[in-house]
Amino acid sequence: MTESSAPSPGPIVLWLSSRYENLELGQAVLEYVCRLRGIENDAEHWIGVALREALANAIKHGNRQDPSRRVMLSLGGSANDLEIVVGDEGEGFETAAVADPLAPENQMKTSGRGIFYMKTFMDDVTFSRDERGGTVLTMRKHIGSDQKKGVQTR
Amino acid sequence: MKTTVTTRDVGDVKIVELHGKITIGAGDLQMREAIHAAVSGGATKLIVDMKDVTTIDSSGVGELVGCYTTATNRGAKLKLLNLPPKISDVLTVTQLITVFDVFTNEKEAVASF
Ligand SMILES: Nc1ncnc2c1ncn2[C@@H]1O[C@H](COP(=O)(O)OP(=O)(O)O)[C@@H](O)[C@H]1O
Ligand SMILES: [Mg+2]
Repeated sequence: MTESSAPSPGPIVLWLSSRYENLELGQAVLEYVCRLRGIENDAEHWIGVALREALANAIKHGNRQDPSRRVMLSLGGSANDLEIVVGDEGEGFETAAVADPLAPENQMKTSGRGIFYMKTFMDDVTFSRDERGGTVLTMRKHIGSDQKKGVQTR
Repeated sequence: MKTTVTTRDVGDVKIVELHGKITIGAGDLQMREAIHAAVSGGATKLIVDMKDVTTIDSSGVGELVGCYTTATNRGAKLKLLNLPPKISDVLTVTQLITVFDVFTNEKEAVASF
């Protein structure tokens, strides 16, 4: 191997109890991974926003805040691609049925923007189900000079 | 970092200052309580100062929208002050920034009612 790339510890996998306090733990691990991989602060911020939405949904909608149900968080991917997987022990849901938060009738709703934020701030977001029916969310962010997505900084 | 919400008066204008994270299970409910208390207490001119907000998530955004609706329904006006760029971005991508009256200067915000 002559190519030099930022060191990667390989995937880090955590099992979290379904409590909102654990969003901070997820965020702390993301910070650690971003430092290790040289991911810049702005990118880290937006990845963190997406991660918090993903964990919040797993805790709230998936595991219904039952602390005995666990949320799986994995941070991995390759040198130029951060992959975040969040799994829960819920019943899953129909992604096609999720309302568009930009539709005029939804503009003033008090909920329904989390998945939209994930899709806005990450390059790729996919949902699947595990063998027990729980949601498995996989998000990717390209790391490198051509950060294609994310919000334009002024 | 703890979320704190403080309220102060400038004439008949209530300024609600948010500090820290406005996120699910944390600052979202504190913000709602402070704004609802102000509206219930008869305030009709409200400014939410977001200068020290570090992160907002969809729950925080949802609460903010809810507070705006509550205020409007009770005949009060709710305006935003000092949006950090990242907070403004989060409101912009969901097309909410145009819903709110946003100020960068407290005096102007106070004078705008
Ligand atoms: N992990 C999950 N398990 C079950 N349902 C989910 C999950 N994630 C999202 N959902 C469903 O998708 C909807 C939209 O999620 P989101 O965009 O984050 O908005 P919100 O969380 O504010 O409802 C949720 O209301 C819920 O019905
Ligand atoms: Mg959500």
